[in-house]
Amino acid sequence: MGETHASTPVAARVRRLEERLIEAGLVSDPELDEVLARYLAGASPLNGARMVARAWTDDDFRSRLLADANSVITELGLSMRSGLREQPLKVVANTPGRHNVIVCTLCSCYPTGLLGPSPSWYKSEAYRSRVVREPRAVLGEFGLTLPDDAEIMVWDSSSERRYLVLPVRPAGTDGMSEDDLVGLVTREGMIGTAAV
Amino acid sequence: MHDVAPARFAPGDRVRVHNVDPDHHTRAPRYVRGHQGVVVDSQGEWPLADDLARALDPRVEPVYTVRFAARDLWGDGVHTVSVDLWQSYLEAVTEHG
Repeated sequence: MGETHASTPVAARVRRLEERLIEAGLVSDPELDEVLARYLAGASPLNGARMVARAWTDDDFRSRLLADANSVITELGLSMRSGLREQPLKVVANTPGRHNVIVCTLCSCYPTGLLGPSPSWYKSEAYRSRVVREPRAVLGEFGLTLPDDAEIMVWDSSSERRYLVLPVRPAGTDGMSEDDLVGLVTREGMIGTAAV
Repeated sequence: MHDVAPARFAPGDRVRVHNVDPDHHTRAPRYVRGHQGVVVDSQGEWPLADDLARALDPRVEPVYTVRFAARDLWGDGVHTVSVDLWQSYLEAVTEHG
């Protein structure tokens, strides 16, 4: 998993494809940059973290989020609209006895707008092939040791739907404000490879 | 435009993923082909990714979340894996399996 994104074969393939498209006059470099910038503007794990912190502090928001995330995240100014059709979002909640983790075994789908660009390990063959086979061992390598009797649910994002994990609110945070809680939530927590 | 395929499955139904290996893009991951799972959710109708990838006028089908037991997929393990699958990837499992 040590290779950098720029050195991967797929990155080289994308560069060649870009060059061909530009040579053929179908698109220009600035146009491509503009599309990417528009797509990634505002895409950040801070968005997902705000959603999680609200769910931790507002039970009504939490239950509506788990039932129909797309209509609820608009209350935080967030949206799953990136292409022609809005992507459905499914939020899956961890409990003390149940842990969720997401993967895209076919490529690297995940809710980019809420989590920011995906980490290179999320796209790695090692993660994609192993987490569906031996999630407990993979989570252990991330430093997340679950109780022996904890149920593990893996979600493979093979359709247009995107998944996001709602972590368990950490113990000892009762006095914290929603804004302070936002700072505790990590991208890995919302993928499911960390507790929070 | 194709008509939308009517839903054949509902949550709770036991289904098997067709054990086919198409020579084109598909969203049926290899590791669930031929295996049985249980429908846990319906996601509404979506254009079939296999058709979109081949620039065909896409068939529109219900997509389901199907939950597989690790033991059924790999022979051991106690976790579950949930996979989102278009209807035409699936067949009903009869009482005789």
